[in-house]
This record gives sequence, structure tokens and C-alpha cells, in this order.
Amino acid sequence: MARIGVFTCWCGENIARNVDVEKVAEAIGKLPHVRCSVAYKYMCSDPGQAIMREKIVSEGLTGVVVASCSPHMHLKTFRKAAESEGLNPYVVEMANIREHCSWVHHNKEDATRKAIDLVRMSVAKVLRNHALDPIRVPVTKRALVIGGGVAGIQAALDIADAGHEVVLVERDPSIGGKMAGLSETFPTLDCSQCILTPRMVDVGQHPNIKLHTYSEVEAVDGYLGNFKVTIRKKARYVDMDKCTGCGICWNACPSKKNLSEFDFGMGTRKAIYVPFPQAVPARPVIDANACIKLTKDKCGLCEKKCPAGAINFDDQDELITEEIGAVVVATGYKLYDIGKEQQNDKLAGYGEYGYGKYKDVIDSLQFERIVSASGPTVGEIQRPSDGKEPKSVVFISCVGSRDNAKGVSYCSKICCMYNAKHTMLYKHKVHDGQAHVFYMDIRAGGKNYDEFVRRAIEQDGAQYHRGRVSKITEENGKLIVRGVDTLAGVPVTVEADLVVLAAAMRPADGVEQLAQKLNVGYDEFGFLSESHPKLRPIETNAAGVFVCGACQGPKDIPESVAQASAAAGKVMMMFSRKELTREPEVACVNEQNCAACFACARACPFNAIEQAEIRDRNGNLVKRTARVNPGLCMGCGTCVAICPSKSVDLEGFTEQQIYAQVESLV
Amino acid sequence: MSDNNEFEPKIIAYVCNWCTYLGADLAGTNRLEYPTNVRIIRLPCTGRIDFNLIVKAFEMGADTVLVSGCHPGDCHYTSGNYHARRRWMLFRGLLDTMGIDMERIHFTWISAAEGAKFQKVITEITEKTKQLGPYEAYRKVCKVS
Repeated sequence: MARIGVFTCWCGENIARNVDVEKVAEAIGKLPHVRCSVAYKYMCSDPGQAIMREKIVSEGLTGVVVASCSPHMHLKTFRKAAESEGLNPYVVEMANIREHCSWVHHNKEDATRKAIDLVRMSVAKVLRNHALDPIRVPVTKRALVIGGGVAGIQAALDIADAGHEVVLVERDPSIGGKMAGLSETFPTLDCSQCILTPRMVDVGQHPNIKLHTYSEVEAVDGYLGNFKVTIRKKARYVDMDKCTGCGICWNACPSKKNLSEFDFGMGTRKAIYVPFPQAVPARPVIDANACIKLTKDKCGLCEKKCPAGAINFDDQDELITEEIGAVVVATGYKLYDIGKEQQNDKLAGYGEYGYGKYKDVIDSLQFERIVSASGPTVGEIQRPSDGKEPKSVVFISCVGSRDNAKGVSYCSKICCMYNAKHTMLYKHKVHDGQAHVFYMDIRAGGKNYDEFVRRAIEQDGAQYHRGRVSKITEENGKLIVRGVDTLAGVPVTVEADLVVLAAAMRPADGVEQLAQKLNVGYDEFGFLSESHPKLRPIETNAAGVFVCGACQGPKDIPESVAQASAAAGKVMMMFSRKELTREPEVACVNEQNCAACFACARACPFNAIEQAEIRDRNGNLVKRTARVNPGLCMGCGTCVAICPSKSVDLEGFTEQQIYAQVESLV
Repeated sequence: MSDNNEFEPKIIAYVCNWCTYLGADLAGTNRLEYPTNVRIIRLPCTGRIDFNLIVKAFEMGADTVLVSGCHPGDCHYTSGNYHARRRWMLFRGLLDTMGIDMERIHFTWISAAEGAKFQKVITEITEKTKQLGPYEAYRKVCKVS
């Protein structure tokens, strides 16, 4: 026999002003199965909870309804209070008579009537609640970090330093990401490589970090604490164990004219190459499209010269699996492709700026390589077309950012700062040169950021024009930049030797496919979605998967590093427990009734439904059935709605509970 | 029924826990007043909403049913609202064939940040249902069957 206790809250005046609380308590007290119905000023307060706890014991309650605020506010509070008296927390329900009633209705009589209805619905529901136990899952204390840029490096090192194993997967032949290619960083102008490369070495040498470079995540199975990840190690054609990184191979390689990915096409590399001298691992890789041996079966010089016998032209992609407990995604960004051709029909490109047509129109990352001491010009500023030192450089902001017509609507956040940095770096190297910046607004929020921009303008004499550039043409070896200065109200034409476009930041290629493998949401631009913009900025809606760095949204280095450490902290929190508990409000299959159509399995957003077989004691197949993996199920209930034989139900929101709620409204 | 015996429609709203329920909470926090006719049933996701539930609501005397969840792309469960939308496209035709007045069913997206939209939607459908009058036609069908 059910014995339900109902506790109606005044919430001071918040509820009592517009709802006759005593009348609600009295009306509900008359319902069948309701053993006691009490009203109190503040149910969530200590004395309020004490009343509830006392009644649970004295009345031997089997279910509790608290009529007060939103369950998002206090359901956990009341469930905990019930649990402390030995009542299963999942037989506690709430009726929201504050946000959904007293705060939005001013006619006390109508509001009271509605409040009674709302409480009655909750009583009808709680009569059908099941006692549930939290799902306990073991946790594999090994983390996967996807992406070896500065964010991935930080997350991997933090987790590894805490004593847990980390598997770091990087798509490129070396870790380091975009930051390894930057010249100097704002707002301190310290050398990017000097900061990053020691961290890269730490990763390479850390006993707790297993590094897979030139590798990608192929598939992800499993669930929170128990993921099984398949990693594709791309054919490198170099045996990493034998190779000493001596460099004889790439010095011997005759294929010289391949554009260097690391230099963003500003320099060249051999067919067998290390992306940059400080690469980790400092082992070469063969570009299968450029290698004459692999394309035409000629040459093979590197193999002949290699003293270690490390070259293996028969190398194949290899699939390996790793068991891990948590995932940190740090896949970073790429720049908006500003040329005319676009893969995405929403983006129109900026053909009028002549990127791809004029050699001296480059993007910001290419400029970084030109200024960088490790770049193809060894830090001498030379323009790509003829190697001359540019005496006038135009930097254009917001190319693709904040442009609904042709680009993306968001602000890429870091460009204002790096434009200022670029003008300074340029001025420090070309003293008689003039830098111009065309900008829409200067957004330099951050510690010492605005001061930095002021320095670029006031000390280093950068010319800032507030306005857009309409067109760039080439005349007599000069780039004619036609724009407008909206503050002066005049058109501006600058004869430039070099134009640098601050292209919008976009998520790295393939992040959507990766997100689908991980069941992580992403926005219309492909940035991964955090669980809550304010309170859960690191978590995703896939349990055990965390995000950091620019894959979640435009970010600069300090922010990426902070977020990476936060992600590492979340992982360590998970790993500090023996086992993890999850909300037991998950789907459950009635295996007797299941017709094994697996419509549910196809609908499930989390791949939580498995095809199982029921066998008798002799091993003969009795029937096939769907089975929910409670570790994976997030409790959305899509399977319940889709099941044609009504063989799946969702704990906490069972068919019986919902129908009872509707029926109570008669 | 209120004092002047004006028709007060019964509106049942099936809403998801993460967007529309929180949108309704926000309407409360911001004290945005709307008619008292709606009764909200909280479900984890619009993907959980079986269309039998809609029929059931009418059977229990609802004059209008509202289904509301997260905006496309915002689903807490990645894709539950897409399933709901797809199912809705199919069932729309079916319910129409069954003779259910499509003006009695509303399907909207209300996010956790759209308290004002929740107020507007509830006010509008209450007004509309008042104009349409009680859903007698359905109750007659029920009695016949």
C-alpha cells in the first residue's frame, strides 16, 4: 500500500502571495494514498527538510512530493534528504508551483486551482515511481587526448603529471600544432617556440604519455570510464624504432619542391621530411604523394643511404585499440579559406582580395612564418613574389569574421591582437616600413591587451584605418588597396608591397566527423558544444568527454591553456574515484516482448542499444533482443517513443508515470 | 471555469527538460504573466514524446496540446528533437486523416533562454483555443467508439 507524503512550500511570500498554500495542502490531503499533506514556510531550509524527514519515518512514507520550486533548483536537495532517512531518492518528485505558477499568475483563485492540479499530477506520478539504484561503472584510469597543439599538450602533461596514463593522438607528423609555427606571442612578444618546444619535449619523454603522431581516431566505442578507441596510425614508411633522426635521408632526397605544410606553403620541404627541426618525435615521414619511389618506383635513395635501415616502403596503415576512461578533445582551428573557391556554399570567399591570385596577398599564419626566425626566410621579412623587403604592408581585419554575407557571423577574437603584434614585429625588422591596419572595431579585452594595441599605434606608428577594404588590384608590382576610413569619412588607397589578411578562425577539418564518433554536439560552424556556457564550459553532453582550446570556439593561447588545465582537472576528478556513478534514469528493455526490430538501436543518439541474444542452458538461440547499455544511455527516451511493440521504457519517465499524469488532469 | 463562466480551455504541454521546461522556469523568474490554462508535463526530451500521448491528452479532455523542445541543433541529447520533428512530419498526416483538428496541436521550439517566447506561445495558443471553443468534436468521436 502506497503511503505518499506531500510537502507544500510557501517559499516565504514567493508562492504564498499568489497561491493559497494551505488550501492546496488541504485539497491534496484528501487524495487517495496521500498519508500526510503539510505546508511550511521554507521547505528547503533545515527545519523544512526536518519536517519531511520526520514524516518519512513517522508515517512510513513510500513516496514524497515536494510542491515548491523548479526541480532544476531543488530536486537533488530533497532526494538527498529522503535518502538520509533510508527512502530511495528516486521516489521523490516535485511539483513546480513557483516558476510555473505563483510567479506567472496573479489571480490567486486560478493560480491555486492550477497549483492543486500540478501537485495532483506529481502525486499520480510518484505513485508509479520505482526505487532505483545509481548505476555504478568501473573507470579505466587512462585518458585520451585528441590533438597535440598547445591545449592538447597542456591537458596531456597535467593528467600525466597527476600520475595517470595518457594516450595523445595527433594527426600531423609532429605535435606542436599552430603555436609551434607562430613567431612571437602577444602581449609579451616572447618567442612562441621558446615557450612551446620544451613542453613538446616533456610530452615526448614523459613516462606516462603514449604518443601517436600521424594518427587519427578511427572509432570510439564504449562509455564513460570505459571507452575503447580505435586509432589509425597512418603509414609513415619510416620505422620509428630503428630511426635515429640523423637526417641523412632527407638530405639525400631529391624531391625538393613540395610545399611545406608547417610553413603554410611559404617554404618547401623534401618528400621525406620532419615538419620542423624541433619536431616531436624528431623522426621523418615520407609523403606518399611526393615520393618518387612510392609513385613511380624509382629513386629509393633514402633507403640506400639510411644507416639504420629504417626506411620501409611497404609500410601500411595500422589500426590499434586503446582502452581509456575519459577523452579530452583539443583539435584546434584552421583559418577560413579566403580564396574564391569554397567547400561550403554558405561561405562566399573573398575573390576581390586576390588571395591565391596575387602572390603577395597572404594570410596571417603565412605572415607568422615569414616573421619567424625558424621560417623559410629565417626571420627576414621578404615578400613571396620576389623576395624583396616590403616597405608598406596592409593588414586587413575581420576577413570572414563578423560577416553574415560572405563569412561567419562570430568574432574570431584573436585577430585584433595579432594584427597589432604583426605591425610591431614588422616595424622592429623594417624600420623604414609603414604598417597599415584596416579594422572594424578593435577588440582587445584582456590583461595588458589594450595597452599592447596602443603601443603598436603610438610607439610603433602603425596606421589604423577604421573601415573595410573593397578591392585589391596589382599595378606595376604594387598592390593597390582601396578602402575607406569611416572616422575621417574619406576613401583611402594604399600602395602596398604586401597584404596580410586576418582570416576568420574556423574549427579544424574533420571535427564534425570526430564529434559524431564521440556523440558530442557541435554548432552550425562546427565548434564543439559545451554542456553549459557558464557552469559546464569544459564538459560536453557525452559523459566523460571534455573539450578545450579552439575546437570549442575562438580562443587565444592563455585561454586555451587554462581550459586545457580545467579539462585535465575534470579528468583527474573522474580518475580519483574507484567507480563512477550515473543517474539511473535510463531506458530498459522488456526482453520478453522485444521483437528485435532494432528501430530503437537506430534511433538512439548514443549507440547505447545493443543487439543481444538470449540462449537456453544448452546454448541454443531462444530469441534476439535489444538491450540497453546503462553505462551509455543518457536517458532521452527516444527509443521509448519509437518502439512499435512498446517494449522499451524509460525509468523516471515511464509510460505508466506519464499516462498517470495526463489521466490525473480529468 | 472562471467567475464569468467564460470558456477556459484545458491545454496540455509536453515539454523537454532541458530547453522548454527551463524556458518556462525563466518566464517565472522574470515574472512574465500568462494564462493559467496550461499544464506542463516534463519529459527528458521531445524525442520521448510518443504520439499516443497526444491522442491521450485529447482523450482526457485537452482542448489543445503543445509539444515544445530544444531548437534544432541544441538538443541536450544531440538528436532527440530531430527524431521528434521527423515523427511529427509523419504523424501530422496520420492525425489529420484520423480527423484530429490540426489547429489543436502546436509544435514549437523554445530554448532555456526564451522565457518571453514561452509566455508569448502560451498566451497565443490560449487565445486561439478560446476562439476555437471546446474540442467537442473529439469527445463525440470518443463516445461513438
